[in-house]
Amino acid sequence: MDIVVCIKRVPDVAEADVEIESSGLRIDDSDLSWGMNEWDTFAVEEALRLKEAHGGSVTALTVGGEDDEEVLRRALAMGADQALHLQDDAFAGADPLGVAKILAAAIGKRPYDLVLTGAVSGDTGSAQLGGMLAALLDVPQVALATRTAFADGKLEVQHEVEGGLERVVELDLPAVVTVQTGINQPRYVSIRGIRKVASVEIPVEGAAELGLAAGALAAQVTLKELFLPPTGDGAEILEGNTDEVVEKLVERLRERGGI
Amino acid sequence: MAIKVLCIVERAGSALDDTAWELLGAARALAGDGGSVGAALLGDGVGDLAADLARGYDDVWVFDDARLAAWDGEANARAVAPLVAREKPALILSAHTNLGIDFAPGLSVRVGVPLLPDCLALEHADGGYVAVRAIYGGKVHARFACAPSEHGAMATLRAGAFAAAEPGADASGEIHAETLAADVGQGRRPVRTVEPDAGEVDITQASILVGVGRGIEDEENLEVVQSLAEALGAEVACSRPVVDKGWLPKSRQVGTSGLTVKPKVYIAVGISGSFQHMGGIKGSPFLVAINKDARAPIFGVADVGVVDDLFDVVPALEEKIREAKG
Ligand SMILES: Cc1cc2nc3c(=O)[nH]c(=O)nc-3n(C[C@H](O)[C@H](O)[C@H](O)COP(=O)(O)OP(=O)(O)OC[C@H]3O[C@@H](n4cnc5c(N)ncnc54)[C@H](O)[C@@H]3O)c2cc1C
Ligand SMILES: Nc1ncnc2c1ncn2[C@@H]1O[C@H](COP(=O)(O)O)[C@@H](O)[C@H]1O
Repeated sequence: MDIVVCIKRVPDVAEADVEIESSGLRIDDSDLSWGMNEWDTFAVEEALRLKEAHGGSVTALTVGGEDDEEVLRRALAMGADQALHLQDDAFAGADPLGVAKILAAAIGKRPYDLVLTGAVSGDTGSAQLGGMLAALLDVPQVALATRTAFADGKLEVQHEVEGGLERVVELDLPAVVTVQTGINQPRYVSIRGIRKVASVEIPVEGAAELGLAAGALAAQVTLKELFLPPTGDGAEILEGNTDEVVEKLVERLRERGGI
Repeated sequence: MAIKVLCIVERAGSALDDTAWELLGAARALAGDGGSVGAALLGDGVGDLAADLARGYDDVWVFDDARLAAWDGEANARAVAPLVAREKPALILSAHTNLGIDFAPGLSVRVGVPLLPDCLALEHADGGYVAVRAIYGGKVHARFACAPSEHGAMATLRAGAFAAAEPGADASGEIHAETLAADVGQGRRPVRTVEPDAGEVDITQASILVGVGRGIEDEENLEVVQSLAEALGAEVACSRPVVDKGWLPKSRQVGTSGLTVKPKVYIAVGISGSFQHMGGIKGSPFLVAINKDARAPIFGVADVGVVDDLFDVVPALEEKIREAKG
């Protein structure tokens, strides 16, 4: 099975003091650490497991700037056979549909059986890319996969629906599947593993190679402004040293029936 | 401005999902005086639900077919596309739920409209729309503008973010039976539904829950929250990453893809407060957050917060509680 996996490099903001730049259009990401989008690590692992069980190849793709090549190297270190960097100044202002069009152009050029994406990107994403990509390629899709199994040329996929329920569907290939966290345990990549792929040449393709006219990527959805969320009433923050804080917390819990 | 809005409504089992009325609330405001608001309903044997929708929507287009018994984002997008082409709504709305994620992006491409996903607010602006979205795990909000195509625009709304419209007493909306396009059900077929495993404890019945999140860092550290729960007579619940790592069973996961809980007290330890987690906490419990990041979104919704390292606070709290209980 020839599998394409789409990955994105994102900053980790979980414990960071996020500041908005004066332009109002970017966060100050200079002090943030970057890495492969959490969901995409599961997608790469799932691709590798399917390949290891059934043969074929895994190709990692990203649409992004120079620095984003780092995640392609990580995918190679995990065991992907090839990587392809989709990079062009013309891609800079693309909206999510534009990114999907770039990926569709690259994927549509080569033979493939399955495309895996993450369910969502943890930075600015909103779980739309996989579904758009499938419709552009005109192949079936399923979102939020928690298990895959391949047999008789068909892919069985279990996926999350509502209220803790999951459903199993059968897909004809080629197809697009978006991968949910927890589907597997992504393999560990050592520094040595990264070093081993450090000199692998990663091909770059731009608008011309993909046959994308400039107008095809005109953004219809554009960012106007970033702002810090209103805190509403917010929590009463307990102040003092640990002892004092805990004392107050016990009091509150007692008042509210927690003790 | 008066426009035509089409809402694709979801079912929750054999009933309408709450979002069906939230979409109506948002759609009425956007359609304006003289505008119209329609619903598309998909399922098998959904006549009663159609009549229910007609108490609020002007038109209800019903796709009633065995092939649509279970929500299938792929089949639904292929089913609705011809309706959109015929009715030409200026705006299509659906919910940003797991089902919506499986459905909306594909439909937007199939009918050729831009998509504003996961909106917390949505308004007309400059001949198009402007939406507010939460990004970076809820730490930042963003305003996005959307220029419609010649076919209109589409947005998905976060569940609970828009006020529901109250349905009227009379089913005065017009109900239309729709036929399925030939390509529905192609390429993707339902196999079976999988019920969640029942766990050894039922966290949905607990009156006090200690919820633990990724901040716990390691499986061995779980002991810290387990002893706190024991001192309180509480059960341990958790966020999704803790289950993904295999540290606790899925039967302890709270959230939109886990369980819905309604305790009196919820103590969130090392949990950032994503909407998927908070979406599983109902009944407005007394919410305590312990998190070392003062900007964690959970402090926006908690009643009481402690901004500190959980490994200092939780053991100290446990000790105080044991003292207090004598
Ligand atoms: C379709 C979909 C469905 C989902 N369903 C669910 C669901 O049902 N339930 C769910 O929970 N999630 C769900 N998620 C995942 C959700 O988006 C978040 O990724 C997840 O809730 C984050 O969990 P967390 O708060 O534990 O981790 P994080 O967001 O990583 O937060 C960890 C927090 O711990 C704090 N912390 C770290 N160290 C310490 C310390 N020593 N002391 C104190 N604080 C510390 C950090 O400041 C941070 O705020 C879903 C996602 C998707 C896309
Ligand atoms: N720039 C990109 N390059 C490659 N894949 C991407 C890119 N952006 C998003 N994706 C993929 O699409 C998934 C969902 O992203 P999103 O729709 O942005 O939430 C991610 O998990 C990635 O697999």
